[in-house]
Amino acid sequence: MEDLSLRHATREPAGGTEAIAIVGVVASGNLEVLVERVLTDRECLVEIRTTAHGFDDVWTAVVADFVERYSPGGLKFSINDGGARPDTVSLRLAQAVRLMERAR
Amino acid sequence: MSTTPLQPLTAPATVTSWYEASARTRTRLLLDPGSFVEFIGPEKREVSPHLKVFDLPEQFDDGIVVGCGSLGGAKVLIAAQEGRFMGGAFGEVHGAKLTGLLRGARDIGSMPVLILFDTGGVRLQEANAGELAIAEIMRAVIEARCAGVKVVGLIGGRSGCYGGGGLIAACCSSLAVSEQGRIAVSGPEVIETNRGTEEFDSRDRALVWRTMGGKHRRLLGAADAFVDDTVQAFRDAALALLGEAGGFGLEILTKEQARLEARLRDFGTCADALDIWSAMGISHADAVSSLPADEFITLADAFGRISHDAR
Repeated sequence: MEDLSLRHATREPAGGTEAIAIVGVVASGNLEVLVERVLTDRECLVEIRTTAHGFDDVWTAVVADFVERYSPGGLKFSINDGGARPDTVSLRLAQAVRLMERAR
Repeated sequence: MSTTPLQPLTAPATVTSWYEASARTRTRLLLDPGSFVEFIGPEKREVSPHLKVFDLPEQFDDGIVVGCGSLGGAKVLIAAQEGRFMGGAFGEVHGAKLTGLLRGARDIGSMPVLILFDTGGVRLQEANAGELAIAEIMRAVIEARCAGVKVVGLIGGRSGCYGGGGLIAACCSSLAVSEQGRIAVSGPEVIETNRGTEEFDSRDRALVWRTMGGKHRRLLGAADAFVDDTVQAFRDAALALLGEAGGFGLEILTKEQARLEARLRDFGTCADALDIWSAMGISHADAVSSLPADEFITLADAFGRISHDAR
């Protein structure tokens, strides 16, 4: 198991007021993303647990691209990875932000 | 930024396949909109204490969603297994969440329980804890039923309802099943591994489906309702089964024992489900497997329902 922790500063806070959301399943080629609105407005943290070792560079690039595109300020993402491909990771992160955009 | 409320992210219950949906989607669409409240949600991170030993990934809810909500305006407790996480298998935490829900139901006494099975049985990486969980859950189902609580099982997921899941299902007040929802204890691969392909060819999907699938279980009386593969169909079936008379005790178990003895006497020499269907008096038994859900329900209803409230 490999643990990665990627912290970013964001341009602006994430939209919506939902406090928590979860998307995806830990299955082959899939992952679950738990999002919690627990950080200050301009920071974002992505914590990853994966069984696939040695893909730090790919995770770093995918997460950097995601933060640049969605500016998810205030959100902490906790990922349990089942060996998902980068495109699936991007999709789940985008779905997670979308779920948080709902008003409570 | 738009101020219009965001639409739901998934399709409505009428067009959502139960088989394809996740445990969370099934739960959300089965219950009255917005009524679900989760117990020990993923943010509590109550993960399996065993999987890390095997360097296997955990899931924040350990593959089961438990909570309460309302169905047709009435309060219910609900548990939904995620069949895609480790085949929906029972581990220590997964099992404890269901045991706790059922004990709560027993203590409350007035809230029925819906169990959305989707499981291959015990999670072998935590086998002892999983086996114990199955025993605890079976006891908890019986205790809840003795306290007057209805426990209804809904079965139609990709992992079916196998192993200890099949045993727990057999303890429920009633079951609704779709064609995809297989119910058994030993699964096809287990039988083949232990007894050979001559006994059971696990790659013969038609054989698997007509032996363990929902249609056969409905005709045999092991499942009380057969439903189409939509969340709405399962919701309608759950409402209907909850509306029926409950009750549980020695008298019902005695009747059930007699029913099972009669079943063994009538069909004990049949080598295949097709032989059983013919022996039941179905004229075109070989056509049953390909019947659409609505036509099959008409056929099954014509043969009546074996109402016993135990199996």
